[in-house]
Amino acid sequence: MTAVVTRLTPAIAPSRSHRLVRQLSNVSVLTGRNLVHIAREPLQLSDVTIQPVLFTALFVYVFGAGVVLPHGGTYASFAIAGMLALNLTTSAMGTAVGLSNDLNGGIIDRFRSLPMWRPAVLVGRSLTDLLTAVMCAFFVCMTGLLVGWRPEGSVESTIAGFAIFLFFSYSLSWGCACLGIVSKGPESAQGVGLVVLFPLAVVSNALVPTAHMPAVLRVVADWNPVSAVTAACRQLFANPNPSAAMHSWPMQHPIVTSLMWSIGMLAVFAPLATHLLVRRTRG
Amino acid sequence: MIQAEGLKKRYGETVALAGIDLDVPAGAILGMLGPNGAGKTTAVRILTTLALPDGGHARVAGFDVVTEGPQVRRNIGVTAQDATLDEMLTGRQNLVMIGRLSGLHRAEARVRARDLLEQFDLADSGNRILKDYSGGMRRRLDLAAGLVTHPPVLFLDEPTTGLDPTSRVRMWGIIRELVADGVTLLLTTQYLDEADELADRIVVVDHGRVIAAGTAPELKTKIGGARLEVTLNAPDPAAAGALGPFVAGAIQVSHDGRRLRAPVRSGDGLATTIVRALDEAGITVDDVALHQPSLDDVFFALTGHPMSDRANDGEPEVESSGAEIEVALR
Repeated sequence: MTAVVTRLTPAIAPSRSHRLVRQLSNVSVLTGRNLVHIAREPLQLSDVTIQPVLFTALFVYVFGAGVVLPHGGTYASFAIAGMLALNLTTSAMGTAVGLSNDLNGGIIDRFRSLPMWRPAVLVGRSLTDLLTAVMCAFFVCMTGLLVGWRPEGSVESTIAGFAIFLFFSYSLSWGCACLGIVSKGPESAQGVGLVVLFPLAVVSNALVPTAHMPAVLRVVADWNPVSAVTAACRQLFANPNPSAAMHSWPMQHPIVTSLMWSIGMLAVFAPLATHLLVRRTRG
Repeated sequence: MIQAEGLKKRYGETVALAGIDLDVPAGAILGMLGPNGAGKTTAVRILTTLALPDGGHARVAGFDVVTEGPQVRRNIGVTAQDATLDEMLTGRQNLVMIGRLSGLHRAEARVRARDLLEQFDLADSGNRILKDYSGGMRRRLDLAAGLVTHPPVLFLDEPTTGLDPTSRVRMWGIIRELVADGVTLLLTTQYLDEADELADRIVVVDHGRVIAAGTAPELKTKIGGARLEVTLNAPDPAAAGALGPFVAGAIQVSHDGRRLRAPVRSGDGLATTIVRALDEAGITVDDVALHQPSLDDVFFALTGHPMSDRANDGEPEVESSGAEIEVALR
């Protein structure tokens, strides 16, 4: 190469703003973009709107007719924390599907050719899904109130109960982000997501008390993070919580356990997802 | 502005680039011409930091595409072959999003989007969702998207593939205007007339290699002089012999024996001499045409297969689809 190349002043002068400000701006732009998508096709929100209403009503009236709680209380007051668990866990799949859509479309090449902070794609996606999770929790809560559920604890602890669930759902969505990145397409992301998340939600104390499960299943259920979050929530809502009688450590300390799970998953999956994204989007 | 040396890339067993050298000075337009699968898109992907080379080096705007990716991305605009815009957003929302992600403030990004929509004749459809755009509108928006930040170096990967002739000519006009502003441009294309029309210099790429480089006239000179096409009043086996002294290569005779085509050596008064020679041989001529070789001829001469041959996925389309016989003369 013989020609002398003059270095150009970049066409876009490095912005005066701090790096963090630019990163946050990237994130907010991409979150906004995802929200426009939702506004254009509101039906894609059915898993956080129609589904929670439907599941909550179905479970309370169908399961509720047959489940007798060991320490008394109505199934409705027991079930709402479980409905949060079921709906928020399965809707985390949306992260995998949404991300997979982005990565398999042409748009990712556009993003990659821009001088932007690439993990913003992930953070924007996770924030969008946090917002839809809030919506999901709202619909469960409203349906719950209609079918007779009442939080019996203080306002603060009720809010804390929802917060614990949303935190868990946020961390879980980073795990689903990893799945979305490694999957071949949105369909396979959805398929694999369902296989992982559905048992996670069901083999737990979310829908029925664990006491009468077969021994192996009971151990699995008692150590399942979804059980910890559900038990923590029941405790904070002051709803019937049969798991408090279980002798496993997580069921005795559900709040600490669920926070540990959420922090742990976030600490593992967020860097992993970033790494996988960088790897996938390299030549 | 764009320099590449020995760029190599393979995908599994397939060699996409077998070592490509490029040099595009500031303000120049390089046309990269080749059939599908020649390695054009791979080269663009490497130069725009979307793919890593397995070997070789490349610098864009003075920055190394491997080690200085962020600086390269600040200086380039890219219009890829596949649509890289958000189908669910409007044209305007797409441009604003790209501006914001490139570091423009909200207000700046909005102004820029408005200006670009106007410049590209999309002002009326700026608030429509991309799904409702026609192919030509989409391409124009894609091009506009590459220009949001006024990049000094622009990559257009097959900007007119799939467009109808009107949209194509319109796109050419837009590209010419851009270049008048001093942008350095690398353009890939399968269309010979497009490279001929737009590019200062052309590299012909085949199987991941540059098989020829130069200006359009230089390339044409490489395969000799003009092309002759003679239409006889009636078939005459003597015609090929009469043309022999002027011909440089093979004479193609059409099925009915009335039309003869061949490359000829240029010379003063060539047409007159040819008609006279045919007349002396007692052959009546209906029509004589002499024209400069097209880039199709260049490609054929360089690779031994016509360009359309491969572009149509192996469907042979040699001259008049086999209805002609070829007579070799020495």
